[in-house]
Amino acid sequence: MLERLQELYDEAAKKVDDAVTLQQLNDVRVAYLGKKGPITELMKGMGSLSADERPKVGQKANEVRESLTKKIEEKEAVLEKEELNNKLKNEQIDVTLPGRPVPKGARHPLTSVVETIEDVFIGMGFTVAEGPEVETDYYNFESLNLPKHHPARDMQDTFFITSDLLLRTQTSPVQTRSMEKHRGQGPVKIICPGKVYRRDEDDATHSHQFMQIEGLVVDEGIRMSDLKGIFATFVKQYFGEDRDIRLRPSFFPFTEPSAELDISCAMCNGEGCRTCKHTGWIEVLGAGMVHPNVLEMGGFDPEKYTGFAFGMGVERFAMLKYGIDDIRHFYTNDARFLRQFARE
Amino acid sequence: MLVSYQWLQKYVDLTDLTAEETAEKLTRSGVEVDAMTNLSEEIDGLTAGYVEACEPHPDADKLSICRVDIGEDAPAQIVCGADNVAGGQYVAVAKVGGTLPGGMKIKRAKLRGQTSEGMICSLQELGFESKLIPKKYSEGIFVFPEPVTPGSDALSLLGLNDTVFELDLTPNRSDCLSMLGVAYETAAILGRSVKKPEMPVTESSEPSESRVRVDVAAAEANPYYGATVIENITIKESPLWLQMTLMAAGIRPLNNVVDITNYVLLEYGQPLHAFDFDRFNSDEVLVRYAENGEQMTTLDEETRVMQADHLLITNGKTPVAMAGVMGGATSEVQNDTKNILLEAAYFDPVTVRKASRDHGLRSDSSVRFEKGVDPQRVRDAGKRAASLIEELAGGRVLLPPEEFDQLDRSERQIRVSLTQINGLLGTDLTVEDAADVFRRLQFTFEISDETFAVDVPTRRQDIFIEADLIEEVARLYGYDRIPVTLPNSATTPGKLSDRQKKQRQTRRFFENTGMHEAVSYSLTSAAKEARIGIDQQMPRVDVALPMSEERSALRTTLLPHLLDALEYNKNRNEYNVHLYELGSVFLTEQTAINEQPDEKTYISGAFMGRWFEHAWQKENRDVDFFAVKGVLEGLFAELNTSERIAFVQTEKEGFHPGQTAAIMADGIEIGFVAQLHPSVAKTWSLPAVFVFEIDFDELIKGEMPMSYQPVPRFPAIDRDIALIVDKTVSAEEVADVIRREGGSILTNVALFDVYEGEHIESGKKSLAFSLRYLDPEKTLKEEDVTDVHETILKALYTALGAELRQ
Repeated sequence: MLERLQELYDEAAKKVDDAVTLQQLNDVRVAYLGKKGPITELMKGMGSLSADERPKVGQKANEVRESLTKKIEEKEAVLEKEELNNKLKNEQIDVTLPGRPVPKGARHPLTSVVETIEDVFIGMGFTVAEGPEVETDYYNFESLNLPKHHPARDMQDTFFITSDLLLRTQTSPVQTRSMEKHRGQGPVKIICPGKVYRRDEDDATHSHQFMQIEGLVVDEGIRMSDLKGIFATFVKQYFGEDRDIRLRPSFFPFTEPSAELDISCAMCNGEGCRTCKHTGWIEVLGAGMVHPNVLEMGGFDPEKYTGFAFGMGVERFAMLKYGIDDIRHFYTNDARFLRQFARE
Repeated sequence: MLVSYQWLQKYVDLTDLTAEETAEKLTRSGVEVDAMTNLSEEIDGLTAGYVEACEPHPDADKLSICRVDIGEDAPAQIVCGADNVAGGQYVAVAKVGGTLPGGMKIKRAKLRGQTSEGMICSLQELGFESKLIPKKYSEGIFVFPEPVTPGSDALSLLGLNDTVFELDLTPNRSDCLSMLGVAYETAAILGRSVKKPEMPVTESSEPSESRVRVDVAAAEANPYYGATVIENITIKESPLWLQMTLMAAGIRPLNNVVDITNYVLLEYGQPLHAFDFDRFNSDEVLVRYAENGEQMTTLDEETRVMQADHLLITNGKTPVAMAGVMGGATSEVQNDTKNILLEAAYFDPVTVRKASRDHGLRSDSSVRFEKGVDPQRVRDAGKRAASLIEELAGGRVLLPPEEFDQLDRSERQIRVSLTQINGLLGTDLTVEDAADVFRRLQFTFEISDETFAVDVPTRRQDIFIEADLIEEVARLYGYDRIPVTLPNSATTPGKLSDRQKKQRQTRRFFENTGMHEAVSYSLTSAAKEARIGIDQQMPRVDVALPMSEERSALRTTLLPHLLDALEYNKNRNEYNVHLYELGSVFLTEQTAINEQPDEKTYISGAFMGRWFEHAWQKENRDVDFFAVKGVLEGLFAELNTSERIAFVQTEKEGFHPGQTAAIMADGIEIGFVAQLHPSVAKTWSLPAVFVFEIDFDELIKGEMPMSYQPVPRFPAIDRDIALIVDKTVSAEEVADVIRREGGSILTNVALFDVYEGEHIESGKKSLAFSLRYLDPEKTLKEEDVTDVHETILKALYTALGAELRQ
């Protein structure tokens, strides 16, 4: 019987070796190791064996089963791997086909500029203040040292709603509103972005609606040199390390002394080009030391407190940054314009 | 203000500086030179000529053949087309080879068979604007009023070797609306002196008082009025230098008297007016306020109706001038004028400004009066004009002028300490540094204890307080020399408010859904908003004087402009566009508004075309209601406000009656999401458009604080149920009942199927939900879940007639 077992093993082993599919392999398993298989059948005749032979045959039968099982498992692994490889081979795709898109919308360039500037000033300890777009004459003009009939009111042609209500012509009214909230106690350090309105015909460089960012610092001992320092820091962060600044005297009713701030032209590095009208400098904002009347109307003691304020045009910053040549693009909401800023 | 560089040099020595250098210095210290024009830049080969003879062209009616001495060996033959050319004239000739403005090259030419060697020039051809050219020369060539040497340099004879600065003055620097003011400024920058004009006048035996009486019935509006009578003058063309000076300054020459008043206006910044004294019709000047509705005809032949706060110059009875704004037609100086009354007055800025605005009349005079003229210069200006009239128009000046005088000519004294100066500027200036600036400005001052007591000349009407003086020090010391420091104050935390953070979060969220951010105009019209069903009669915030009907009111919704934007894009073949805007709307309940409106921040969106497109895999989806709702649900989750929100079916004019949902927060409507009504979409020529609009502050109100729940230790059990309900029953109603009855162990209810049609009774639909049960304390047994499940089914049947689908 030992020989028969060996024969059966050899026979089955050959069939395992010959199997090329998992099905054939399974057939071999069922045929030889199943309950009706020849090994089981053979073992049924164990009763006729002597007590001497019986353990030997039993041991042999177990060896054959184990070896065969192991051999089938090994072969199975090989066949499975082959089958998977074949399957994967059929699953090959064209990796150059376009992927399933994940949408990306664009931030409006004005929002981009505002948020970037906000972040620079937040980094310097400022908070962001807000105020209404429909303002009273008091906040928009009078509290900013522009009494009725002041000639400087002509600098800004105003959309009036009533004799006392108007669309704010500047974000400066937020200066007074913020100072009032501080109840005469410094320091005040705010910037205020927002929409403003003036009676201008819309063209490439004018818009009846545009955005400004106002800034205000009020505390004891604030100096004009501090204004320069804050701006030097801001300009380097926003426009780049190699930009220079210069101040030119100017006039705003709510600041004294007043200044325009220029930065060296990025296009030509101050050499002079079309962008800077051959001056080497680009005007970017107006600023100055807060006028004592404005401090007083905001509830701050001008004998004790000083401050500086500044205002900049957001569209101008965006136009400089991206090279946009027509202010109307910001308000047309053309997808071909907006989409480009999705990469920002 | 236009400033001739040649003229400026009459007052300040600028021989060592180029016009460019001077301009740069002015700009850097606060008087901005916006543009510079070199009058002779494009002119070459211009010479003076004498027309020896002038004959008609044999073959052309309109041409003349002139023999012109241009200082060369032989006279030149020049064919000229001007009507006013004649023998004996001194003219400006562009020689062959020369050039004229606009790049015109002068060549030898043949005109109708006659040789022409050069061109006799008109003032237009020399680059002057037509509106500045005296009437006499506006239709033809220019003729020198006095003999000149043929062949001499016509550019210098014409005063064209000059550069004109165009000053862009800030409103405070009205002192620079005069040549003397610019001279003081230039002198201060350079540390030089100012040479004042001379004004010799022959002593007269009679004062003006003997001819005219001056009364002012409104002293607060007219504290000084000086009237100088000048008799026996001759009105004629002004000398060339005066005409050219005025033209360079942008004023058209008229006649000697008017030109002189304009010249002095430019020189002193003091407007003057000359009346024809014979046509004045009285010997009395009465300055008074107008009566409401009183009329007068001004120089420009317009009849103007006055208001009670307009100031008039009258002859005692009828108006002869609108004070400081414009003279009257009846007493205008004319060619036959013999005797004049010369007015030099101080009019109150606010009064002049009001009249000028009411009549829409801005003149060189009104502009100066509005800003406040120098009280110390009024008399001098009158005297200077009288002196020039005597010189250029002959006549006898009756001095002194007849005056009404209550004018305050005192100088303001301001004290400022060195500590204040350095404190505000952050500088380290010495007493001498500051004193130097005041000396250069020609301000008189005294110093004691490092404090300056400065007498500010009346010409500087812009200096009132210490800070104004400190600015003078800063700008003349140089803004560039102010150091760069950072504030010494305590550090403050820089941050965004929660609301500002949420606005940014909202923007980021929309960006990540593929929506672009739009920014549109706040001004719109009631008619535009009516297109989406908003009552046109609703109280709204109207602009008092709109620039156009389209922009006559403040918006109460962001949607119409977003729809405009979709239409704009569609017309440019952009069919798949999804926009959102975060911006203000302006609401009021007042029909006659007198309070600030309620400014609310809305977030709104408009979607058209494909929502998702992955063409080669055929995964294309158009935007529909649920795409938009999904975006909003995502946003509410992002803002941690989902639990407060419910969508409730509703109807709204302008929107699809079956696809509109009110967005409720804690039971209050805060916005809506809908398909635009197809017939409304059509008015924008748009396809199916979906929109939403939400009150941002209502949305972020009452945020649920995030609270951590322990991760469950026991497994959950999922059960699905399919229900048959009436079509009118909403999924949310069913889910509400399930949630209510499910108790604490029901942790999630999710709809996974909606079905109508075959196998379902008509009027009914099938809704299938997946329910998840979980007990954080123990492993749930089947019986626990079955009990709750049965309760739910019973309640669904009782409340909604829902039956389990078989």
